[in-house]
Amino acid sequence: MDALTQRAKMVDRRPMNWLERIYLWEIFKGMAITLKHFFKKKVTIQYPEQTRPFSPVFRGLQILNRDEEGRERCTACGLCAVACPAEAITMEGAERLPGEEHLYREEKYAAKYEINMLRCIFCGLCEEACPKDAIYLSETFAPANYNRKSFIYGKPDLLIPDPVTRPEEYARAKGLIDKKKNLALKHTKTNELK
Amino acid sequence: MTDYLNIKRMTLLAFDWAFTLEKAILIAIIITVSLVVAMYATYAERKVAGFMQDRLGPNRAGPFGLLQPLADGLKLFFKEEVIPSNSSKFLFILGPCLAMLTAMMTSAVIPWGGKVELGGRIVDLQVADINIGILYIFGVVSLGVYGMMIGGWASNNKYSLMAALRGASQAISYELAMGLSLIALLMLTGSLSLRTITEQQIQGNWWNIVYQPLGFFLFFVCSLAECNRAPFDLPEAESELNMGYHQEYSSMKLGFFLFAEYINMFISCTIIATLFLGGYDMPFVDEAKLSGITALLVGLLALFGKTFILIFIFMWIRWTLPRFRYDQLMNLGWKTLIPLALLNMVITGAVVLLMMK
Repeated sequence: MDALTQRAKMVDRRPMNWLERIYLWEIFKGMAITLKHFFKKKVTIQYPEQTRPFSPVFRGLQILNRDEEGRERCTACGLCAVACPAEAITMEGAERLPGEEHLYREEKYAAKYEINMLRCIFCGLCEEACPKDAIYLSETFAPANYNRKSFIYGKPDLLIPDPVTRPEEYARAKGLIDKKKNLALKHTKTNELK
Repeated sequence: MTDYLNIKRMTLLAFDWAFTLEKAILIAIIITVSLVVAMYATYAERKVAGFMQDRLGPNRAGPFGLLQPLADGLKLFFKEEVIPSNSSKFLFILGPCLAMLTAMMTSAVIPWGGKVELGGRIVDLQVADINIGILYIFGVVSLGVYGMMIGGWASNNKYSLMAALRGASQAISYELAMGLSLIALLMLTGSLSLRTITEQQIQGNWWNIVYQPLGFFLFFVCSLAECNRAPFDLPEAESELNMGYHQEYSSMKLGFFLFAEYINMFISCTIIATLFLGGYDMPFVDEAKLSGITALLVGLLALFGKTFILIFIFMWIRWTLPRFRYDQLMNLGWKTLIPLALLNMVITGAVVLLMMK
């Protein structure tokens, strides 16, 4: 039978010659190998200071998006919760009162929006289901915590920083979203071409 | 007659306080230095291990992880001290103490540097220049086996006992080859004093390793085995004996055993450097031309440099070679090293005889 790959190596079963039998030369060869590794570049990524670059399709923690004026986009339609295969999302809708137009984009908004990060499988179906561009998966992943309760992320944890008051942080978070959008756009375009 | 006796008695009674103080300070310094070196040898070991495995090693505690040994020591101190209820308590405590004691005691006869004049006194950087220095080292090293034996036996644990037996038989087997390899060297030097051996190497053209390459190699391998370092770490073989003779030990008693190993390594590297690599002789430098203090510092630098290189080689070997099987260990010791040492001895003896004629 032919080998599937070219990597198969024949096992050498010849009896050891004298040089191999006294081991000493082989020991020196082994030590040369370890010394070579001593001076090699180390593969360690020093985690908190350095992070590994993620691929553009990486799916991390969700963020709730705002529009340019800093108004929440989510209308608590519940499509994400329906789409979610792990049933990690719960929400409560509320009606926007007069005077709250600068806070919420449409007449209905999510008064409570919770994602249980212990349930979430980071499939990204919520992002796909959302008709309002309100939820996106970011490049961060859930940090360690001491109790289960703190893994249930509420609106304060999920909302993107306000572009009016904290423009820098908003821009940084927004960058991820734009990257995703572009990627998705490219994807659909190539599909259309096909 | 009575006068003479009186004078003699007086000199005997006259206690040289300055001398005692000098030696006490020297002992304190040597013990501190060996402890610090042993501490940082643990750090160096982890760093070397990491680098040889393409990792970085400890680098979180302090800059470059330099505080790691302190953190480790602190951790060991705060661990719960467990003494097994079926163990014999006195011996259980005696084991690590003996291991530590014998590890520290060997440093007494090592000449750390030449004699230097300090404040009108000639200070000798050697605790005791006894004329049987090597014999003393062998005696103390054989005592070191007791630490392991007593610790392993007192634990009342089958793995510990087996490890202790293994350790004892290993130490005895390799001490033979070690002694035989040294006899050849002693034929050349004609002295057992480490000071004399070092001075001969400084005055002569070459270090002893040139005259005794095989002897050096045998001594090196045997000291690896005596220090229970890989590939001869059978007494503490984690994979088969589950930590070996220090299985039942916890807290600082375990720390003592581990520490004793590193001190042993440091001391045996120093002894190898002294016996075969010229001791405190800096190569290509004529010590006689330097002034007292400079010569001393250069000598210390030379000795410690050689010792650290040897320690690195010890670690390098540990992170390269797998552990020997027990029968391989015994075969190597009895069927290879001892005959080689005997051969080396006979050849050296013949050459010495021929040279004398």
